[in-house]
Amino acid sequence: MSIIVGNNTKLVVSGLTGREGTFHGLRNRDYGTDLVAGVTPGKGGQDVDGVPVFDTVKEAVDDRGANTSMIFVPARFAAAAIDEAIEAGVGTVIAITEGIPVLDMMGVYWRAREADVRLIGPNCPGVLSPGKANVGIIPAQFFDQGSIGVVSKSGTLTYQIGNELKQAGLGNSSIVGIGGDPIVGSDFIDILKLYEADEETELIVMVGEIGGDAEERAAEFIAESVSKPVVAYIAGFTAPPGKQMGHAGAIISGSSGTAQAKQDALEAKDVRVGTSPTETAKLAAETLATRA
Amino acid sequence: MDLLEYQGKQLFAKHGLAVPQGRHAATLDDAIAAAAEIGYPCVVKAQVAIGKRGKAGGIKVAKDEAEARTHSEAILGMDIRGFTVHDLWIEEASEIDAEYYASIILDRGEKKLLAMLSRMGGMDVEEMAERDPNALARRHIEPASGLDLETAREIAREAQIDDDVVDGVAEMLVKLAEIALAEDATLIEINPLIVTADREVVALDAKVTIDGNSLFRHTDLAELRDRSAEDEQERMAKEKGLTYVKLDGNVGILANGAGLCMSTLDVVAQAGGRPANFLDAGGGSKAEAIVDALEVITSDEKVSAILFNIFGGITRCDEIAKGIIEASNQTDIGVPLVVRLDGTNSEEGLGLLAEAELPNLHLEKTMLGGAETVVELA
Repeated sequence: MSIIVGNNTKLVVSGLTGREGTFHGLRNRDYGTDLVAGVTPGKGGQDVDGVPVFDTVKEAVDDRGANTSMIFVPARFAAAAIDEAIEAGVGTVIAITEGIPVLDMMGVYWRAREADVRLIGPNCPGVLSPGKANVGIIPAQFFDQGSIGVVSKSGTLTYQIGNELKQAGLGNSSIVGIGGDPIVGSDFIDILKLYEADEETELIVMVGEIGGDAEERAAEFIAESVSKPVVAYIAGFTAPPGKQMGHAGAIISGSSGTAQAKQDALEAKDVRVGTSPTETAKLAAETLATRA
Repeated sequence: MDLLEYQGKQLFAKHGLAVPQGRHAATLDDAIAAAAEIGYPCVVKAQVAIGKRGKAGGIKVAKDEAEARTHSEAILGMDIRGFTVHDLWIEEASEIDAEYYASIILDRGEKKLLAMLSRMGGMDVEEMAERDPNALARRHIEPASGLDLETAREIAREAQIDDDVVDGVAEMLVKLAEIALAEDATLIEINPLIVTADREVVALDAKVTIDGNSLFRHTDLAELRDRSAEDEQERMAKEKGLTYVKLDGNVGILANGAGLCMSTLDVVAQAGGRPANFLDAGGGSKAEAIVDALEVITSDEKVSAILFNIFGGITRCDEIAKGIIEASNQTDIGVPLVVRLDGTNSEEGLGLLAEAELPNLHLEKTMLGGAETVVELA
């Protein structure tokens, strides 16, 4: 098993004909992902390296059985593209696009919930289930198949930790980038639930950063509902208050949302928190070894 | 993007919300002319994006032209907690009967806008909530339906707003929620929201944050500038399209990806160093972006050593290496440069750097090793 994407994924890419969409869509197909269609309004009937392109997501669902949508559409059109995928009846939408207005996402978030569609992102690197499927921009070469589930707000930080795990001889059930925006479709808790239920996953690595209270909420949830060990890492201890650090969500206002507050909340619930990506990978390896 | 008070008030006025009459001024002459137009008494207010301006001496009442001149002269150019005053707002003085607090804020945990209202205005909201949690009425706004007048009246009653102005305050709350949605504001805070001697409800202050991602559809707001908050490096970085935040240390930092960059700052701090900046080179950076980034980092005179922490995913390490070599050819970097390259094409990148034999270049294999070395050299 793995979570969110796997052998049953049938992928449709909104924005497949764009430069980035083509590059990453075909890269995902080369990895073994079942890429069944692309969508670009007005380009229906064309193909991208043999992948049929439709005008609407609905056609891709009806004609090709697509069940998972990846959004590679420019920011100003992306919220509408996510809405279209939700209405077309896919079960999962993974939005890579960066820079979507947050109040657009507020509406999209509730419509996805209403329709019972799993939304990952936006502004995220996607989901990789090593050996099975890759949907997004995560470089698969830094991850092996294994039993550690990773959930992260950050892309490169995840590659860093994944690579350290790989060098320690460890692999992953899935790697989920939930994105660093103020409103994302799935939070830590949503993904922790899936890992808790996933047979292949023995340990969970959670990578957070300053801003919001998703890590604090996750700490509560872990104490109540997660039986598997969780190791965490938090970035942003040296971030000054009120300054935005690239990720739109990574901004501290007032006293809550600091890295220290998040670390304290996690440690209060017996979650071990690494001081660096390297130490976090080490903690994960240690914890796994003591369980085996 | 934070609006200055007067920019926020102009936005309110555009949406028909009651604000005191005011004029913007950037020079002493402007200020005197503005005061004459507004009439006396008027209030001279420093326009900087930081709170407690009054305590810092940035807000003064002027009874006549002589006082307007004295106050404007004193406030223009004043430093308020690191922000230089470049702009003034000259406003008619208000007769205040009551001071309330009203805000609309994006609650990212609940994924909804939150309306807050209190009859205890004038102090900051944390202090207010601490002193008397019941004094702050809060209500989430359903995204599908918005805030209607009846709900706003309920909030006003819950906050124990004076009976005669419940309608006026409720109407203002409804309007604030509409402005938030129309203008992509993630925060609108009015503190104080006043009731005048004539029992009119007026916004005496305005704190507005606009979602930077939405500026493509708010071209009028995109043109607004806050000169008080910009420093030289940040302005330069913005022109070059780099994500840069100035800090007060001496170790220059570049990493790819916001998360990895924040993590790099932390690891450098743990090694005993003080980061000079946050600079996220982003995904898929080309050599040219690296040249620009080095120019911005080295223009900060405090920088005494630089760390490049690159984990290449989409970013190719050989491109980073080419950028470093190109920058070194164009100019003398002048300080030690520690480079950690890992991930996509790292062997090629490290090979190129080794071949180039650049002076003052230190190659590292790991992130922690890079942090330790740069702190030693700084």
